[in-house]
Amino acid sequence: MPTRREIFERRQRRRANLIAALSTGAVLLAVCVLVPLSPGWESVQRAFFNGAIFARTFPGLLEAFLLDVAIFAWCAPLIAILALALAIARDLRAPALTPVRLAATAFIDIFRGLPVILVIYLVGFGIPGLGLPRPWNSPYLWGSLSLILVYAAYTAEVIRSGISSIHDSQRAAALSLGLTETDTMRYVVLPQAIRRVIPANMNLFIALQKDVALLSFIGPVEIFRQAGVYKSLLANFTPYVGAALIFLAVTIPATRYADHLMNKQRRQQQ
Amino acid sequence: MSLLETRGLVKSYGGTRVLDGIDLTIQAGEMVCLIGASGSGKSTFLKCLNLLEPVDDGQILLDGVDIAEPDLDPRPVRQRIGIVFQSFNLFPHMTALENVLLAPCRVHGRRRQDVSPEVERLFTRFGLEDRMGHYPDQLSGGQQQRVAIVRALAMKPDVMLFDEITSALDPELVGDVLDVLRTLRAEGMTMVLATHEMGFARELADTVCFLDNGRMLETAPPAEIFTNPQNDRTRAFLARVL
Repeated sequence: MPTRREIFERRQRRRANLIAALSTGAVLLAVCVLVPLSPGWESVQRAFFNGAIFARTFPGLLEAFLLDVAIFAWCAPLIAILALALAIARDLRAPALTPVRLAATAFIDIFRGLPVILVIYLVGFGIPGLGLPRPWNSPYLWGSLSLILVYAAYTAEVIRSGISSIHDSQRAAALSLGLTETDTMRYVVLPQAIRRVIPANMNLFIALQKDVALLSFIGPVEIFRQAGVYKSLLANFTPYVGAALIFLAVTIPATRYADHLMNKQRRQQQ
Repeated sequence: MSLLETRGLVKSYGGTRVLDGIDLTIQAGEMVCLIGASGSGKSTFLKCLNLLEPVDDGQILLDGVDIAEPDLDPRPVRQRIGIVFQSFNLFPHMTALENVLLAPCRVHGRRRQDVSPEVERLFTRFGLEDRMGHYPDQLSGGQQQRVAIVRALAMKPDVMLFDEITSALDPELVGDVLDVLRTLRAEGMTMVLATHEMGFARELADTVCFLDNGRMLETAPPAEIFTNPQNDRTRAFLARVL
């Protein structure tokens, strides 16, 4: 036997669902009817949503995407290591290590302040321009380095915010046991700080996965460049749509997972 | 010679004198209870004793050696003076056992398998033997606080400081923690407690000190201070809490 409250809530819910379905249906209908009515629709459809071209280019795009994944895979761990070193270096207090602290601060300021594409151009064209022999003039090497520099600067700041979010009482407890400052950082503060910033860093790594496409500007034929090749070959933009779908297939689940982690953490902290 | 002694201890936070010339002598094996209203300086005094807070002026003598010297390395002192906090401050990413093992392994450089047996004995003594593998958030407040006491004891300190360690506990859990203190008392541990548990202070303390606005207004055995307080402020405070 449902209570009065349950009956009331069930009726409310049914009403809410009905309204949601009606309004969503109305908007979808409007889009499906109105967009094809627009004067340029047929040419857009031919240029961007050509099924035959999609089927023909998709396998090649997928293959090119593996290069994006590979670049991401070797950049990510290096970013994590460099970021951790930067985060720690920025908070060094020993007077003798002042130059290290200043260097870390300058590094973070510079690479957070520049557009990624500019760093890729400067590093990716500038350094091989020194006349380095193979394989030291590879755009893979210097392109990856550009991404590592920029993303390490961002990640370092996120890690630092994690470090400062650890309550002082944790430090006090560790120091009161006679631990050194270094051991306190290593065994008590950092493990908690890093766990706390995993969701925020996940978002950065999703952004990195997308920014790998920028390396195409200095040479590597990854998915964006491959889509460009197909576009020129077939005089059609559909390969770009295919590339977009491939990116979304990776980034949407990843962002959802990061959101899930972030919500879980928020619940735990309450 | 007394084990621990303070002479004219002064500590200010931005213009406010939190400790205003504290003199206190603690003999080995003695239990001293600090009582007084919140903000009277009890916690700050304890944190100064094991150098978690730097002292502005005055002396702290540990076995006759002044440890309030500003350029002294605080770590050897902290190893001899353990502290337990009101809010437990266990490390949440480590199990109870790992919390306790960290300092003996890192500070004394002992091997885990050498320390483990004696640490496990400590857990057993305080009724925590089946909680060693639990993380702090899987333990009740009373259990967490007992783990925190074990963590401090594992460093084999000469003096233990307790900073209102039952204030954050549900009333029904206070008893377990006080029992631990009774055990330590019986074993002759030197202890300094900041506490609001007047009954406990009366039962077990050798000396009770009343702090008010950073001054030690009255120091006496519990039988005297609770039945016949000399200072007006002590009398007013006791009338309010008893």
